[in-house]
Amino acid sequence: MYTKPKLPDSIQLAHGSGGLMTRELLDEIVFTTFKNPYLEQKHDGAIVPLEGPVVISTDSFVVSPIFFRGGNIGELAVHGTVNDVAMCGGIPSFLSLSFIIEEGLPTSEFLEIVRSIKSAADDSGVLIVTGDTKVVESGKGDKIFINTTGIGSPHPKANIAMERVVSGDQILVSGPIAAHGMAILSEREGLEFESEIQSDTTNLNHLVCDLLDAFGPAIHLLRDPTRGGVSGVCSEIAQDSNLGVLLRETDFPIDLQVSAACEILGLDPLYVANEGILCAIVDGDRSEEILDFMKGHPKGAQAACIGSIVTDHPRKVVMESSIGGKRIVTPLIGEQLPRIC
Amino acid sequence: MKYLTEYRNLEATQKVLGQIAKVVTQPWQIMEICGGQTHSLVRNGLLDLLPEEIQMIHGPGCPVCVTPMELIDLAVTLMEKGVILCSFGDMVRVPGSGISLLEAKSKGGDLRILYSPLEAVRIARENPEREVVFFAVGFETTAPANALSVLQAEKEGLTNYSILVSHVLVPPAMEGILGDPHCAIDGFLGAGHVCAIMGYREYHPISEKYKIPIVITGFEPLDLVEGIYRAVLQLEKGTYSVENQYKRAVTEEGNRAAQKVIQQIFQIGDRQWRGIGTIPNSGYVLRPEYSSFDAARKFELEEKGRAENSKCMAGAILTGQKKPHQCPHFGKECTPRNPLGAPMVSSEGACAAYYHFASTL
Repeated sequence: MYTKPKLPDSIQLAHGSGGLMTRELLDEIVFTTFKNPYLEQKHDGAIVPLEGPVVISTDSFVVSPIFFRGGNIGELAVHGTVNDVAMCGGIPSFLSLSFIIEEGLPTSEFLEIVRSIKSAADDSGVLIVTGDTKVVESGKGDKIFINTTGIGSPHPKANIAMERVVSGDQILVSGPIAAHGMAILSEREGLEFESEIQSDTTNLNHLVCDLLDAFGPAIHLLRDPTRGGVSGVCSEIAQDSNLGVLLRETDFPIDLQVSAACEILGLDPLYVANEGILCAIVDGDRSEEILDFMKGHPKGAQAACIGSIVTDHPRKVVMESSIGGKRIVTPLIGEQLPRIC
Repeated sequence: MKYLTEYRNLEATQKVLGQIAKVVTQPWQIMEICGGQTHSLVRNGLLDLLPEEIQMIHGPGCPVCVTPMELIDLAVTLMEKGVILCSFGDMVRVPGSGISLLEAKSKGGDLRILYSPLEAVRIARENPEREVVFFAVGFETTAPANALSVLQAEKEGLTNYSILVSHVLVPPAMEGILGDPHCAIDGFLGAGHVCAIMGYREYHPISEKYKIPIVITGFEPLDLVEGIYRAVLQLEKGTYSVENQYKRAVTEEGNRAAQKVIQQIFQIGDRQWRGIGTIPNSGYVLRPEYSSFDAARKFELEEKGRAENSKCMAGAILTGQKKPHQCPHFGKECTPRNPLGAPMVSSEGACAAYYHFASTL
């Protein structure tokens, strides 16, 4: 709990005014937590050393509830952007961090979120070098929104592009699917559904860096199946590569509890969001080696090969069902909705 | 997962498919009643694995598809009046004559998507200054929980809770389909979840009257092929009776406690079915003693009898006379994003099932 008397118990509009209270909030919580030479330059932005091409990605985080089993909005904001940079074959080094806070957010919760951001950034090997804090009136936000932008350099051995996806490539996932979405859903108000399911939120940049070190150009494409789930990623690949994607339902890794929750709520795990796994489209000749490597990596212990790229059915994703039938997998339209019966 | 993996087993399913192929000697048209069964047939790719003699006809058992357009319009009106409208998820994207519930929400309406009507009672309890309405749609399956919500609200003395009822029943719909002189259906797969509540006593007279096999069937691939196998066995032998394939959930009497709650709150009445029309005695309406929980009465809502989009052949789809891909608008003008009618938008609608899953490559 936050105990220093200097800050009030909850965030107030004045904390975003740019005046003395903003300064106090930043000094007490933000600067002390993220302390590093770039922040200490006290510029309006940051001057950072990068050579050659730069990989950049940005993302905004509006998850509700802001605290959930397995994480909170803060670490999600770090992992999400770090992973997006990594999926481009980049090695992320620096992050910007912007908060939009709804007045009334308990200061203790803000502090907890900031500390989670710090620890997630440390684990990911990135520094928070610039940022912004705004406060909006009560009712005009949803506790806290966070935007992060990540920059880094391309991995020297990376050659990741949609054009590199060819027939015969294998599709690997680095871990069990659908955990994040089901963790969030089971804590949402109105669902009367409780579970021990933990979000899978984690950084994937070390896994990507190690994969590229070991296999370089044999990694053809990387995607993290966040919103829209694995089906979203596969549909995108089929559309953009002009090739077919063939998936095998029985080969999908999924935790028993997650799969049971999906059954009960009538949701398809293929469409449920993930925050800590990646899909890798890899050279068919080296896929077994790559899969073994992933399984030996701390972020890929439950990796699996779930399908392949084919020339049949271009632009379509087809899944072989557990009983040997086939069906088309279409991208999600809007949100997945709970069913009547 | 117990009770699931064994019913999604490749070898077991293929064994039964082989048995069907062995006994079938001529074409048969079998209707699966429930949209959940349609969904599972298509999602698991079963339609392509059945012998070509077996034609599955998709039945009317999609509660969202048969909920009249006017009811959706009434629900939208309630949202515009500032009511907290609670609904199952499937309903919210279905277009009324104007907008859907989801569109009404984006215009400022207060829509809550719930799994249980009892949650709506909690919302009413926590918001005493607001009116809360649950959109009580569905077949016999959802009726007990909806009835229970009324009992609970009554027990708590809540006067700000009511339900907008559009409950429909399976047996009258089956009779409606069988009574049509063009009906070419040879057998039925009965809706497992409906029978889990109601039992299957009321199906014997239908089987007798129309000399048609009815097999109460579950929803997993093995359930469905077993149901089809039993129906084909009867058809090939020239017999007809009601069989229960879904013994792990269904008994002849059904769930007595659930039936009691239904009878306490609802009585049988005429109901309008979207795309089909009014079927006498085909649904539930609130009993007069519970009329204070009737949202239509409470808010003096009037059904205006608006016409369906004339391009949508939902009626023919829901009664099995046409298959989704036989509609000229299927996948072209009519998609889940811009549906002309309900069967394209509900997750249990035959058109949506074909659009999402059918491997028409």
